[in-house]
Amino acid sequence: MRSDQSKLGFYLLLSPLLLWLVTLIILPHMGLFAVSISEKVGVREYETGFGNYAVFFNEPLYWRTFARTAIMSIMTTVLTLLLGFPIAYYIAKLMRGRAKTTLFLMCLIPFWVSELVRTFGWMILLRETGVLSNFLQFTGVIDGPVEFLYNDAAIMVGLVYTSILFMIVPLVTTLDSLDDSLIEAGYDLGGSGFSILREIVIPHAMPGIVSGCIVVFMLSLGNYLTPILLGGKDSLWFTGLIYTQFITRFNWELGSAFGFLLLALSSTIVFLGLKLSRQSLTNTMGR
Amino acid sequence: MTSTADLVCRDLTKDFTDFRAVDHVNFEVPNGSFFSILGPSGCGKTTLLRMIAGFQFPTSGDLLIKGKSMIGVGPNKRPVSMVFQHLALFPMMNIGKNVGFGLRQRGVAEAEIKTRVGRILERVGLPGIQDRSVDQLSGGQKQRVAIARCMVLEPDVLLLDEPLGALDLKLREHMKIELKTLQAEFNTTFVYITHDQSEALVMSDNIAVMNNGRFDQIGTAEELYYEPSNAFVAGFVGDANRFDGKVVGVDGQIVSIVTDGGAEMRGKTTAGVPAMGQRAQIFVRPEAIALLKDPAQTADHMNTGEWIVDSVLFNGANSLVILRHPKSGETIHATLPQTGTFLGLSKGQSVHTSWAPEQARCFATEGQ
Ligand SMILES: Nc1ncnc2c1ncn2[C@@H]1O[C@H](COP(=O)(O)OP(=O)(O)O)[C@@H](O)[C@H]1O
Ligand SMILES: [Mg+2]
Repeated sequence: MRSDQSKLGFYLLLSPLLLWLVTLIILPHMGLFAVSISEKVGVREYETGFGNYAVFFNEPLYWRTFARTAIMSIMTTVLTLLLGFPIAYYIAKLMRGRAKTTLFLMCLIPFWVSELVRTFGWMILLRETGVLSNFLQFTGVIDGPVEFLYNDAAIMVGLVYTSILFMIVPLVTTLDSLDDSLIEAGYDLGGSGFSILREIVIPHAMPGIVSGCIVVFMLSLGNYLTPILLGGKDSLWFTGLIYTQFITRFNWELGSAFGFLLLALSSTIVFLGLKLSRQSLTNTMGR
Repeated sequence: MTSTADLVCRDLTKDFTDFRAVDHVNFEVPNGSFFSILGPSGCGKTTLLRMIAGFQFPTSGDLLIKGKSMIGVGPNKRPVSMVFQHLALFPMMNIGKNVGFGLRQRGVAEAEIKTRVGRILERVGLPGIQDRSVDQLSGGQKQRVAIARCMVLEPDVLLLDEPLGALDLKLREHMKIELKTLQAEFNTTFVYITHDQSEALVMSDNIAVMNNGRFDQIGTAEELYYEPSNAFVAGFVGDANRFDGKVVGVDGQIVSIVTDGGAEMRGKTTAGVPAMGQRAQIFVRPEAIALLKDPAQTADHMNTGEWIVDSVLFNGANSLVILRHPKSGETIHATLPQTGTFLGLSKGQSVHTSWAPEQARCFATEGQ
């Protein structure tokens, strides 16, 4: 009797989560998959088949954009890690008390404005008549106005900027939990700064590094606004292609196939990343 | 400086923003000896040790290891190793990697590291545990691994910061003896800090008693115990009964005081004779007090008195009896002799005490 009751309570508590998973994640994806494997053969006539996927592989523009998105997202992730790690180390290990909290909050401040506004901020800085161009002309480094927007570097800058917080937070958390005396013991035993970083700090921070990388990678891969705004019309970001298929071309079948390919890509790369770093998902996300 | 001193500190001082944690500390640690620094919590022991290890820089003074000044030398360049208070074993490495860490930093060849790690683990009594992870070890085993990790580098001086503090009582008793044995075996200079006087007394060749950043006295365990140089040492090292009072008579080195409760007693002074009327303290160890049933046995020159038994604290050979003075109400702890004479002693009975003034120490009260 009692165990029946506790079971009921368990399912009641679980139901919101299940509801969320089923209605917002599983159902749409099932629908998406169903749409993606239906081919249009005539007006309002559909056949089941993998023709939409074939279109993707036969059209170089599509799979090149796909690969380009993946590679640039990986580069964004690496860059974010390289930038975020020293910042997180500084906050977690070299700051104390009030200064630490203040610095941590300062990392959060940019996230109080919407991504759109933040990206426009970068556009104001980088455009032809923008702050950077004017400054360089003023100091005489360049002669005429230079357009810094609408290239891959601008996209990377924007992506790193929007996602760096999601790298810093897990890194600060794991580095905070590293006992200072371990670092001191490393020095005491004759270690150099580099070998201590490699043998003690990074292995300890690995779960934070991996979880930060997963989040940043997924955010970059699925980002739509930043690549379009900073990269311009020809930014060639895969989410842009999906948008075009759904909204401009009304080709939901191909759009769904693209959506599924993107899901497969992010899952594969996250899986490979976990295997390479010898971490498990429960170990990195479960903290 | 003698050529046999491994570690010499001269006027070592460390100031933090608002106060002085280590105050003009001078000492020498001879080659291959076990040196303890004993003091209450917060007296600056860790700060002193961290200066020796190189994690903190002295405000002034000099520090020499094997005759070479260590001022400005980084912690990874000093011939000292430290066993941290919580051991600081690296949880991300197995035991073999932990112990081999220092050798790897020195660029020793992989095969040689392996044999040396194996040899040192054998010496601390843990052969063949290289592949275990840190959390598979018990407290005492971790302790020994931490020592092995330092000793494999053959340091000139091994620093230990209250390494037994985290262990339970039984294991601590065991590790005390083991540490001393290891030190003798390795024949390395150990500098050991602790707030536990029994650890210091059991293990050390020399002990420095530290109080408020200063060294009050340096000596062997016996010297500190029998010849404390001031009131702090007398009260801190070993158990002692303390009486506060006024000086009423001085006879050579023997000072008589009348306690605030009105009891008169005498003690020997070794640190300057206090003047008549000055306030002074007398320290008597519980085991220096003889209990008597018959007052006729007491000699004339002894401190004698009749006391009422307040309670008996039975603890086998370490049993104590707490006595209360019938007039002044002051209490005194005395060791209960296990000769059978006082079997069945109970609350409310009266006993006589006597102790020789030479067994008691008198110091003028500081700050008057
Ligand atoms: N970095 C520091 N800044 C300011 N005060 C400190 C610092 N480190 C230690 N202290 C203070 O110095 C005193 C001595 O500390 P410590 O050497 O750790 O004592 P012990 O090890 O004897 O308990 C303490 O009062 C402590 O609060
Ligand atoms: Mg301490």
